[in-house]
Amino acid sequence: MIYRENGQFKTSYAADQQIFPIRQDRYAIAALLVFAFVGVPLLADEYMFRAILIPFLILGLAALGVNILVGYCGQITLGAGAFMAVGAYAAYNFLARVDGMPLLGALLLGGATAAVAGIVFGVPSLRVRGLYLAVATLAAQFFFDWAFLRIKWFTLDSSSGSVSVSNLEMFGWTINSPVEKYLFCLGLLAVFALLAKNLVRGAIGRQWMAIRDMDVAAEVIGIRPMYAKLSAFAVSSFIVGVAGALWGFVHLGSWEPAAFSVDRSFQLLFMVIIGGMGSIMGSFFGAAFIVVLPIFLNQALPWLGNLVGVSISTVGVSHSEFIIFGALIVFFLIVEPHGIARLWSTAKEKLRLWPFPH
Amino acid sequence: MAETVSERQIGDVVLDLRNISLAFGGVNALSDISFDVREHEIRAIIGPNGAGKSSMLNVINGVYQPQQGEVVLRGQRFEKMSPGHAARAGIARTFQNIALFKGMSVLDNIMTGRNLKMKSNILQQAVWWGPAQREELAHREKVEEIIDFLEIQHIRKTPVGRLPYGLQKRVDLGRALAMEPSILLLDEPMAGMNIEEKQDMSRFILDVNDQLGTTIVLIEHDMGVVMDISDRIVVLDYGKKIGDDTPDEVRANPEVIAAYLGASH
Ligand SMILES: Nc1ncnc2c1ncn2[C@@H]1O[C@H](COP(=O)(O)OP(=O)(O)OP(=O)(O)O)[C@@H](O)[C@H]1O
Ligand SMILES: [Mg+2]
Repeated sequence: MIYRENGQFKTSYAADQQIFPIRQDRYAIAALLVFAFVGVPLLADEYMFRAILIPFLILGLAALGVNILVGYCGQITLGAGAFMAVGAYAAYNFLARVDGMPLLGALLLGGATAAVAGIVFGVPSLRVRGLYLAVATLAAQFFFDWAFLRIKWFTLDSSSGSVSVSNLEMFGWTINSPVEKYLFCLGLLAVFALLAKNLVRGAIGRQWMAIRDMDVAAEVIGIRPMYAKLSAFAVSSFIVGVAGALWGFVHLGSWEPAAFSVDRSFQLLFMVIIGGMGSIMGSFFGAAFIVVLPIFLNQALPWLGNLVGVSISTVGVSHSEFIIFGALIVFFLIVEPHGIARLWSTAKEKLRLWPFPH
Repeated sequence: MAETVSERQIGDVVLDLRNISLAFGGVNALSDISFDVREHEIRAIIGPNGAGKSSMLNVINGVYQPQQGEVVLRGQRFEKMSPGHAARAGIARTFQNIALFKGMSVLDNIMTGRNLKMKSNILQQAVWWGPAQREELAHREKVEEIIDFLEIQHIRKTPVGRLPYGLQKRVDLGRALAMEPSILLLDEPMAGMNIEEKQDMSRFILDVNDQLGTTIVLIEHDMGVVMDISDRIVVLDYGKKIGDDTPDEVRANPEVIAAYLGASH
């Protein structure tokens, strides 16, 4: 079928306001969902789930959260890792301390705690921006790194700050095998992506983007910068917090504060830059790219090296990873600030005209 | 056009500016300026470059805080007006250097102008179905009326950054109109336009004033347009008021003529 919107006339504004107004896009997304929920569980092996798919889903969720703040509201954060940690440790505490706390309840309360932390550390954004805000959010990172390592109450007095969660269960469904974990994360990601899309296409999303694009004009039409910015920090940190809790509970099982270091914060920011600022899909492109690239290089580089008769060590591979990331980030920041998502939509625009370029 | 102007009922003073002084460091942008604006009128502010016209609008809607003087809006005194107060009190404006939301479409820019009228909370918006969607649709209809009025249907989905200057000015006006303001401040709405675009813009301004009864404060350099559409004119020069009268009187005012001849125009 040719990709066209010809003949698909919108007869109401409601039809025009759908998330995917073009029919082919609706089919594509439906097919993708069916494939993700049914196809992948049949096809993928345990290694794929553990090393690629589950990390991709959880980091994709975290990148989505970061994108709301950075891509949609135009603020900067170097503290995303810290908010993942807040989500993870808060969810852990709710689960361990409250009798009969359901898994989903703990995850959401973890997110809510991260949202509160996000609001507190978002307050500097009302006065400063750019580099100064980056430094302020970096302070959140160091503060929480310290807090979870040193304040024993958070980790139920475990000596190293390491905690663990076992027996994940929801509504009588035990989430044990990699497939079950994958489906659990996928379900949450799909729900959060939908909720986030609704926010960014609605009134609050327009307020965020207005603040991002021209804050004086936004104030003049009655937008309150405090409400817009802090709500972006709250929503963003909530999602990042839930992702952190999933990272701890589902992916790692047991973890210590180092799992949410400043490296993680940078990684999430890079996902958003490479994937596409201000695009929900872009967050997932970015996450997929950053999760898959190291694995791809691990396989491909030694093989390529063999072809030309050079042996490339593991150290060489991991160094090349940094070089490639660095180059890509510079490329996207300078050439295409809207990342892979924009490249994708440009390709679609071309396809819409194909095969007649004019 | 003259007939439309004369048929309107000009009402009482809605906006009274009293002894406004504003300085930036050593520069006196405004020195002890007083004038008033009556309901339903088109009030022009003119003057050479750097006279303080834009600063005056910025004082009216609270972007700048004057060091002295007060803004009286429908009898309510504001020593400190803020942009939020002004917006809630029904004052909208456009900008000399277009200040649209570049990353958003024309439709979204104008929809953003309705933010004060949208009441659904963040949870309802996340769910979308139900109150949020109903509200979104109701406001979309209002916004489509504005889009029709400004004759920009063909570009409603275009990101504003890609539009030519003249159309951006229209979208800027559309966003202000979406607030359904009672007072509309326009900062050089026709700057950089060709004759045809100026005629369209004049028509929009007159229609808004005539059909919606919106009070308009207008800064404009094109004397033909100003003399044609405004009821009363304030003339500023180097931050001082040198004239405040009907177009005919202003045209005959020797001080005004001197200011305009003195400044290279
Ligand atoms: N934010 C600011 N900071 C410093 N000086 C300012 C600022 N805004 C205005 N000024 C100064 O105040 C004076 C009046 O400027 P204003 O922009 O109000 O003039 P204007 O009448 O709108 O001129 P134009 O016709 O060029 O738009 C100028 O000398 C300008 O340099
Ligand atoms: Mg000006």
